[in-house]
Amino acid sequence: MAWFKRDKAGISTATEHKKEAPDGLWNKCPNCKKPLLNTEQIENKYVCQYCNYHLRIDSMAYFSILFDNNSFTELNANLRSADPLNFVDSKPYAERVIEVAEKTGLNDALRTGYGKINGLDLVVACMDFNFIGGSMGSVVGEKIARAIDYSIKRRIPFMIISKSGGARMMEAAFSLMQMAKTSAKLALLSKAGIPYISLLTDPTTGGVTASFAMLGDINIAEPGALIGFAGPRVIKETIKKDLPKGFQTSEFVLEHGFLDFIVDRRQLKEEVSNFIRLVS
Amino acid sequence: METIFDFEKPIADLQLQIDKVKQVAEKTKVDMSATLLELDEKLEAKRKEIYENMTGWQNVQMSRHPSRPQTLDYIQMMCENFIELHGDRTVGDDKAIVGGFATIGEHSVMIIGHQKGKNTKERQYRNFGMANPEGYRKALRLMKLAEKFNKPVVTLIDTIGAFPGIEAEERGQGEAIARNLLEMSVLQVPIICIVIGEGASGGALGIGVGDRVYMLEHTWYSVISPESCSSILWRSWDYKEKAAESLKLTSENMLTNKLIDGVIPEPLGGAHNNPEKMAATIKEQVLTDIKDLLKKKKDKLVEERIDKFCHMGVVIEGS
Ligand SMILES: [Zn+2]
Repeated sequence: MAWFKRDKAGISTATEHKKEAPDGLWNKCPNCKKPLLNTEQIENKYVCQYCNYHLRIDSMAYFSILFDNNSFTELNANLRSADPLNFVDSKPYAERVIEVAEKTGLNDALRTGYGKINGLDLVVACMDFNFIGGSMGSVVGEKIARAIDYSIKRRIPFMIISKSGGARMMEAAFSLMQMAKTSAKLALLSKAGIPYISLLTDPTTGGVTASFAMLGDINIAEPGALIGFAGPRVIKETIKKDLPKGFQTSEFVLEHGFLDFIVDRRQLKEEVSNFIRLVS
Repeated sequence: METIFDFEKPIADLQLQIDKVKQVAEKTKVDMSATLLELDEKLEAKRKEIYENMTGWQNVQMSRHPSRPQTLDYIQMMCENFIELHGDRTVGDDKAIVGGFATIGEHSVMIIGHQKGKNTKERQYRNFGMANPEGYRKALRLMKLAEKFNKPVVTLIDTIGAFPGIEAEERGQGEAIARNLLEMSVLQVPIICIVIGEGASGGALGIGVGDRVYMLEHTWYSVISPESCSSILWRSWDYKEKAAESLKLTSENMLTNKLIDGVIPEPLGGAHNNPEKMAATIKEQVLTDIKDLLKKKKDKLVEERIDKFCHMGVVIEGS
């Protein structure tokens, strides 16, 4: 259960930066390699218009896709990682956190906020893969816990968008216990009868899969995402066999009964608000 | 064959020296009791010095000692009237997790634990204590049974992790563990969890959410094994000792960081040196806690359990 980098390149860009970018700028689709204009990308919710590949995007982009007029109030934005174990690998964890924060403009691997989607109240917690592989440390756990508290107090539906390699090794057992913490909070949310939507995006693995990501009233996923508990490399090394084609994709997980449906990002807002209306 | 770790070598050397002196004394009929007494004292001091100052990695080694007692040993030593219950009622019976009703002292309890196996054949049969989703679902089924009949749950944790395999993924390893975390956090009966060997990641935590969580003195509990941590962070298996230190995975570290509720001391030299004594110590702790926890109102019990886990973590707040 560890964060890791995937070979496949993902592109992550905050919406606001994109909006300011001149119209002529473009990125290549990592899948079909066709050029995608920035304006078109925003319009298409960062889905390739040629091959439907879902580009890897950050929390700001998801918030802009979900919330009406991109209007939301962020919760607990000022929580940052401490370094309770004085962890040092190739560099001290404390230094790494500061460096990553400077590079990404993020305080940690999760943003929480509330707003309206199609006029309905929703609290959203969304992971940022750019921050140490979207790994779950104390900040991720605490922000989810507080967002759930907020949901329970105001009786507002709750949604988590997962995008994570799993636990944050530099917080070791502190990171592990965030699995119990978030799951316990979700038990309270469930007891209060408040809807919880879990959206799994590329990639969702390790401790995140083994806690909040799999505990939705509905578990939904973007197409083609890597979803699993153990990483494919670990499984391959353990069983010493090649993995079947399509193993641990959203489609595979749906087929095995652990997802309710797969949602195209361009329909995400409609599907989520439809579900909330149906259960409210 | 006896297993002696590198760090135990000074003890083994002294023991060898003592044996030699004894042989000589016997052969020559010379009184060597003074020398022997001195050596015995030296041995005792050495044992204390070594076993009371073990590093992270040494504790990892000890937790894997081939003669270390396992779940079924403890059930046999601590419990009576054990009825093993099998199967998750969906897919099969996972041999890596065992469980059933038994009595401890005067209490009827549900006792569940990882079972690694003691020889090659057993280890294969038990999948080295690495459970598939069925194992976690069996454990949950048994915990729900305990809840139905208002009996406390005792779990014994000893795993290097949930099994990373194709079928495990197909049958939802992540969902199985996640479900247990959620259900255990609100189970309406007392839960006591004890790490008796290795406590690796979600595979351990999957039966590890309790009102009281303990580690035996020479065990480890963390998010990843030191070997895997070494290979990921340092791209080599050679930094496992360094990783073991960095992860702060010992019972002492875990207690200091308030991630467990207590450390249960082991007989000097480890649980395998005196399994009966170890079992008696665990039994005493379990009985004390059951008595204490059964006094609590159910709502209060669950509330305190959730609160405890919700307080875990360290963050900086402020701009
Ligand atoms: Zn494309």
